[in-house]
Amino acid sequence: MICLGGFVVDDLGDHTILKVSGDWTIQSAGDLDRELHGLDLPDHHTVLDVSELGKLDTAGAWLIERTLGTAEPTTFPGYDIRGHHREAEALLRIVSERREECPPDEPHKMDFVDLLARIGQGSVHFLEETAETLSFVAKALYGTIKSIVQPHKVRWTSVVNVMEEAGLDALPIVCFLSFFIGMVIAYIGATMLQQTLGATVFTVELVGWAMMREFGVVLTGILLAGRTNSSFTAQIGSMKMRQEVDAMRTLGLDPIDALVTPRVLAMLIMTPFLAFGATLSGIFGGMMISWLALDISPVLFIARTQELVTIQNFWVGMSKSPVFALIVAIIACRQGLKVEGDVQSLGNATTASVVHAIFLIIVADAIFAMIYMELGI
Amino acid sequence: MTETIIKVRGLRTQFGDHVVHDGVDLDVYRGETIGVIGPSGCGKSVLLSEIVGLLKPAAGEVTVFGQRLSELDDEERRAVERRWAVMFQDGALFSNLTVRENVMAPMREHTNFSFELMTELADLKIRLSGLPPEAAPKRPSELSGGMRKRAALARALALDPELLFLDEPTAGLDPITAGRFDSLIEELSRLLGLTVFLVTHDLDTLKATCDRIAVLGDKRVKHVGTLQELAQSDDPWLAEYFGGPRGRAVV
Repeated sequence: MICLGGFVVDDLGDHTILKVSGDWTIQSAGDLDRELHGLDLPDHHTVLDVSELGKLDTAGAWLIERTLGTAEPTTFPGYDIRGHHREAEALLRIVSERREECPPDEPHKMDFVDLLARIGQGSVHFLEETAETLSFVAKALYGTIKSIVQPHKVRWTSVVNVMEEAGLDALPIVCFLSFFIGMVIAYIGATMLQQTLGATVFTVELVGWAMMREFGVVLTGILLAGRTNSSFTAQIGSMKMRQEVDAMRTLGLDPIDALVTPRVLAMLIMTPFLAFGATLSGIFGGMMISWLALDISPVLFIARTQELVTIQNFWVGMSKSPVFALIVAIIACRQGLKVEGDVQSLGNATTASVVHAIFLIIVADAIFAMIYMELGI
Repeated sequence: MTETIIKVRGLRTQFGDHVVHDGVDLDVYRGETIGVIGPSGCGKSVLLSEIVGLLKPAAGEVTVFGQRLSELDDEERRAVERRWAVMFQDGALFSNLTVRENVMAPMREHTNFSFELMTELADLKIRLSGLPPEAAPKRPSELSGGMRKRAALARALALDPELLFLDEPTAGLDPITAGRFDSLIEELSRLLGLTVFLVTHDLDTLKATCDRIAVLGDKRVKHVGTLQELAQSDDPWLAEYFGGPRGRAVV
């Protein structure tokens, strides 16, 4: 039975009686707190009457002690206790002994100097990050090259495992999305070409060029950045949190060899296949739309693609896929190994991993486009 | 007869083909501290998880505060959950909150207290669990193992629970810190009238805190009794447990 707590203040001139009644527990503490805040006790001697007090817990004892007690814990009780209660005095004593205030949490203040400090810290952090990432890239590449030169030292079991998880399992979603992008390109292209040139048949070239040169491989890269980066970073990050990475080091295993190299190798092997699948299904999507909506038969579509979309386009697209693979795998592993003991850093690392990878893939793609344009390919 | 707080009847736990418990019966009375011991892998922590409802038993019934847990709706469940608190093995503090915010978390969820009162009470619980005041604004990752356990205890005490579950409270602590933690648990349970359900491997903790001890083994509760009674038992596992060099020192 809960019986809400209450109190009566009785001012008798030379002393004041605070008569508490009912249950002073955590259930009623919220209301009692508000009532007690409005209470203005006279300055002279106070007496606490506990004869009608029901249940008491630390929350209730705190409220009484806060109201009546003094900040000096040595002077307990500092007021008289009247009436009998089983645990009142003991509880009040415990609470009184622990009145000391704890320092406040760090405030989230923000003034001009803090702003400058944050900008400075941010810049330094960015430079450090860049330097560390570059040195990690070098380590990872060195490890990968070493393993290509000495293939018997590679952990092929884990390479094949990653190939399946991050490569083969990603194939359906990559192809599916690419299929739709191919359809969209065909639709938009057909509408534009119809309006400007009156010739929808050029849709075939448009789809072929776009999918082979850009969309097949970029779409693969971005999907891998979302799918694989987050999973690699979370895997390695939680291993770091549970000290598995430290255990590896003490066992004489290099985390680069054991964790990074297999992932980089697996992605290097699988990304071209994924890009190839994406390109094919994108073209297939375009072909479906051309057939159904534009009356370009698949035979004509394929013949025209073979005739007018040079194989060069295909190789331009494919040449980017190993670079995207390196970006995805290395960024993911780098962020994973950066995780520290707490959950927050795992979240931050996973976010950073995906964001950095998408950013770098698009930047790399732009650089490729410029290079190939200058080369006239 | 004192009131039965936890009543476990015919509890069966199964993970696939692996049977952990088969017919566990246990009573815990108000105000007592009961220790649960048993060999590693006998399902001590699993039993705790089932009593607090984190795991659903395959069969059997758990009654806490006279209410059958399986029959409660969400509202009633919340009311029951408010009356108990769990301290997990490695603290399970929220790592993105400070210690004070960790202690305030259950109050935010279950009460209508003003921010000031929550802060005051959180500080009180922090001091009550034996942490220095400087620990309040720190994050769990900045604390030592012993301090993290204390912080976890402070959070468990936040709502003045009647029933406290402790999972290996002294595991991984040095003997001095573990000893202080034992006397803290004993003192708090006596002063606040807590009922404590304690899962442990630590013989010193058993001696210092527990009124009764339940022994899990052979998929059920084999024995329940005081330390002295169990030490004189002729059960081979118990004989080895208390007869070994560590056990002899305590008994």
